[in-house]
Amino acid sequence: MLLFVEQILNGLQYGAMLFMLASGLTLIFGIMGVINLTHGCFYMVGAYCAAFAVMSTGSFLVGILAALAGAGLYAVMVEVAVVQWLYRRDHLYQVLATLGLILFTNEAVSMIFGRRPPLLDIPPLLQGSVAILPGLDYPVMRLAFIGVGALVAVGLWLLVNHTRIGMLIRAGADDREMVDALGVDIRRLYTLVFGLGGLLCGLAGVMAAPLLAIEIGMGERVLITTFVVIVIGGVGSVRGALVGALLVGMVDSLGRAYLPQVLQGLLPASVADTLSAGLVSASIYVLMAAVLLVRPLGLLPARA
Amino acid sequence: MRAKFRLAAIVLGLAILAAMPFTAEATGSTALLGLTNRILIYAIAAVSLDLIIGYGALVSFGHAMFFGLGGYTVGIIAHHTFGGGPIFGWSGSNAALVVWPLALLGCALLAAAVGALALRTSGVQFIMITLAFAQMVFFVLVSLQSYGGDDGLMLDRRNDMPFIDLARPQTFYFLCLALLVAWTLICLSIVNSRFGLILQALRQSERRAVNLGIRPFPFRLTAFVISAVGTGLAGVLWANYARFVTPDMAAWTKSGEFMAIVVLGGLGTLFGPILGTAAFITLEQLLSSWSEHWMIVMGPVLTLIALFGQQGLAGRLFGRRHD
Repeated sequence: MLLFVEQILNGLQYGAMLFMLASGLTLIFGIMGVINLTHGCFYMVGAYCAAFAVMSTGSFLVGILAALAGAGLYAVMVEVAVVQWLYRRDHLYQVLATLGLILFTNEAVSMIFGRRPPLLDIPPLLQGSVAILPGLDYPVMRLAFIGVGALVAVGLWLLVNHTRIGMLIRAGADDREMVDALGVDIRRLYTLVFGLGGLLCGLAGVMAAPLLAIEIGMGERVLITTFVVIVIGGVGSVRGALVGALLVGMVDSLGRAYLPQVLQGLLPASVADTLSAGLVSASIYVLMAAVLLVRPLGLLPARA
Repeated sequence: MRAKFRLAAIVLGLAILAAMPFTAEATGSTALLGLTNRILIYAIAAVSLDLIIGYGALVSFGHAMFFGLGGYTVGIIAHHTFGGGPIFGWSGSNAALVVWPLALLGCALLAAAVGALALRTSGVQFIMITLAFAQMVFFVLVSLQSYGGDDGLMLDRRNDMPFIDLARPQTFYFLCLALLVAWTLICLSIVNSRFGLILQALRQSERRAVNLGIRPFPFRLTAFVISAVGTGLAGVLWANYARFVTPDMAAWTKSGEFMAIVVLGGLGTLFGPILGTAAFITLEQLLSSWSEHWMIVMGPVLTLIALFGQQGLAGRLFGRRHD
């Protein structure tokens, strides 16, 4: 029972991280119609910037600011230099152009920061664990992650549904020309949304850095999971991203905890171990396939 | 005029490729033969991918899974044949005429399953789903500890073929060349057949084609399977060429590479991707011998291809095939 609660919390934490990445990606796709593979790079850039800011100043707060600034600015640069030329082009070209940017970013980061992966400690304030239930201590850092994820979700909901910018974003997604004709600088709005997506990646990066390894290629691994999230949730929908992120987080963490046990009960140990390792990695893709069989457009598509 | 120019270019290209083993021998450069052989193998995959992207507008971002599956089928059977013990009660075989069709059959079955699911969607979902399935295959290959896991699997020797000695580099090269020519001709006849015309009609306007009474799904699925079999053949040849298979064969960057090659060569031209492969692999070779940080150049090159390379090399040389 305690293990189950712990796995649920782990799933929530992973889901919170996936949501920070997926919400930006799905907004960018929903509004601009661009498949942006570079999204994972923003996350990596955020983590690296945070690690090196903390290593040189010792302050986690500076690390957060560095991650947000680094990832946000890099996103804006990418949008201005490459992505803005691809809005009306076929998806094929968007995939290709941003794939090139990934190769470039990975190499550039490893040239600037070196091949040796940096380390980032959990800040003193968030160290240790608290007793959630009698007998269940849970790390504060992970709880903070869940909290930040919830804040981001509420914040995005307010931004999209209750502000002027949000109104323009929604309008721009439906009819770009009309918003343009009303005198709104749609180009700047797009750059802004892209930067916001980068900012959220930076936030995910700085939060994840003390928990996961910081390394070249960390962006791609999570990027593909992020794609699974938005395909499950429905491309272009922030609510879908939230549902998809939580679902994927839960399936992944519960699968990791229980699938080996279940298989060990059914199969010889040597077979069960290999098989469960493969199945756990593949479980979210199986989930995606199952969802698509029932709902090809995802669970909560932006425009049903 | 253009058609004549094109024919001349094809004949010239074939002549250069056919003369390559002799050129390599005359100049004493075995590396040159290896490079060209890699180009031939990748070109088979590129032509296959062009069949569905260029003519069917099905942007598969997961084609490396067939490349990987083709290669691993050869690798795994070889592993069991040479000392690994029987597999499913079968002692294995090193005969190309047994192993290769098995590998292609595996690719066809996988493609039928993946295609049936992926084709329920279109556009961006299709891209992402093919990508996700390829990742699934990639993770399975990585988790196969008894077949080397991350590190991949070495092959003791190439498959045996009656009357043809594949172990001899020149002979293997000519086999790859023959297969590339044959496969391109097959794809060409597919494209110009009734089936191919329907596929292209679906690309231009699905709604119009549907109103003419065409059900898109079977045509697209068939094209997807054919394309997967071609890519699987490239994987089979690669395993024999390198005598080494790794999960990287199915990595998503490999799928991206195939797409880049097709776009570089020219979408919907079939000959273009061969040209694209030659340019891409040569560039890769040059850059990687120049510096270990060659990706810092290769990345932006891909981006520039995407931004400015809509016609592709073939499009620029021979005129555009279609919109």
